[in-house]
Amino acid sequence: MPAPAAAAADFALQQIAPGVYAHPGAIAVADSVNQGDIANLGLVIGERGAAVIDSGGSVEVGRRFLAAIRSVTDKPIIYVINTHEHPDHVFGNAAFATSGAVFVGHKNLPRALAERGPFYLKRFRPILGDAAMDELRIVLPTLLVADETSLDLGGRMLTLHAWGPGHTDCDLTVYDSQTRILFAGDLVFSGHLPVIDGSLKGWIAELGALRGIPALQVVPGHGPPVEPWPEALADQERYFETLTRDIKSALASGRDMRQAADSAGAQERAQWRLFDVYNARNATAAYAEYEWDP
Amino acid sequence: MNKYSVAALIVLFATAASAQTEPDSWPDLKPQLFRDAVIFEDADFASLEAPPRAEDAALTPVTMTVRRPPGDTRSVTRLSLVIDENPVPLAGEFTLGPKSDVSSLSTRVRVNAYTHIRLIAQLSDGSLHMTKTYVKAAGGCSAPASKALDEANAALGKMKLRVIANAAPGRGDFVVMLRHPNSSGLQMDQVTRLYTPARYVDHLAVFQGSDLIFSVEGGISISEDPNFRFDFARNDARTLRVEANDIDNARFNAEWPLERSGS
Repeated sequence: MPAPAAAAADFALQQIAPGVYAHPGAIAVADSVNQGDIANLGLVIGERGAAVIDSGGSVEVGRRFLAAIRSVTDKPIIYVINTHEHPDHVFGNAAFATSGAVFVGHKNLPRALAERGPFYLKRFRPILGDAAMDELRIVLPTLLVADETSLDLGGRMLTLHAWGPGHTDCDLTVYDSQTRILFAGDLVFSGHLPVIDGSLKGWIAELGALRGIPALQVVPGHGPPVEPWPEALADQERYFETLTRDIKSALASGRDMRQAADSAGAQERAQWRLFDVYNARNATAAYAEYEWDP
Repeated sequence: MNKYSVAALIVLFATAASAQTEPDSWPDLKPQLFRDAVIFEDADFASLEAPPRAEDAALTPVTMTVRRPPGDTRSVTRLSLVIDENPVPLAGEFTLGPKSDVSSLSTRVRVNAYTHIRLIAQLSDGSLHMTKTYVKAAGGCSAPASKALDEANAALGKMKLRVIANAAPGRGDFVVMLRHPNSSGLQMDQVTRLYTPARYVDHLAVFQGSDLIFSVEGGISISEDPNFRFDFARNDARTLRVEANDIDNARFNAEWPLERSGS
């Protein structure tokens, strides 16, 4: 078991603008070695206190994140913001539970965690191991965002926006207008194949409004810790267009869901990491959605 | 081979089998679902196809194929789809219309864990014939739950018929779709500590004219937005009709005009 200082030392927390930090998660699926450290995490520090954006995929990752935060600021953590319900973004919450922070999420986040929490707890035991799961508990948000909310960190306002169904049905983004950095959560993937667990049509429909956010840089949910905005959207948008076109063509020719999942989006394969893990699943979800089109 | 090496082989076999232990609820399920009936294990009359890995645990496609061995006069009257390790293992019981010669029936199911999925066909002589396949539920984010619950609830009850082109002469290849969250009610709301009420489609029947094509008594293992694709022998009926209801006694009826079957 590494000492907290050592843990902090090997937990990258990169300053991307004054008072704004990002931790790059591995582009990988969760396993017992990475302990779910697979999502990008964020930190914004104001005069009054700091906000944490996503907490990592296990309590261990949350603790290491907290130790790294303590190496850059001694300000209190006043908010822990979860961008959606997936384990790699919320399982670290328990590490912050005694910090006095208010947990913040999309209005649908408590429902999503209620629906999926027990499944996730069961499903991740063989992935993360007994020790990790025994200390894990689901921490629910108490400050819910229905549309848009501002959080005052002292001399610095964060704008939180709750989106319609896209990556999930509880996607929340965080924008720091002072440095014009957008924490997009999993509404933006870069290098890591986007994962559709909400609505592909909804996600595509939100891209215009997302692109309209006057950010200079984005911290994607998965990928490099910071990317130029809105250029970071281009690959994802192209993938969605390809997938949509292929699914519509499969439906028109009477191919079933499984046949469509085997082939749709194939030309994008070389462009993404984890393509073989998630593409068939995306195609499956997209098929079920586009099947309802007139 | 002497008796000692036979004994050694048996031990070896037992070790190999337990080394890759798969969950097996079937010994407990079988008497609950079929009491002491004899079930033959063969795919002579019906077979089952599902992906070895459930790409989306909420939407796992399964296809049941029905056939009649040459010279056998018996036909399949009923298909039971069982997902061993699901909270409610009996996913659906399908009754096949005696005049519609259904040759395949596909739907989508929720898969909660690594599990056997079984198809038990009942023949016109009452005998039971079972085939099975093993499905691994994929990645951790892939929960067998709704992806967009508000939208699912808002559209509840809408129905759609898809007619797939290029069916064989005299046959139809159709898809019946019903918007319904088919929610399980198994999830505890961690805020209120109450279980969300279950609401799922428990009956759906499809007719051509007055002839039944198939009906299904279903449960929560059928995916959100229940979807059934079926290949069947067309009669000269001018309409296809669907009757369905859920456990809240909401009724969903739809009827579509049919073009004459190509021949």
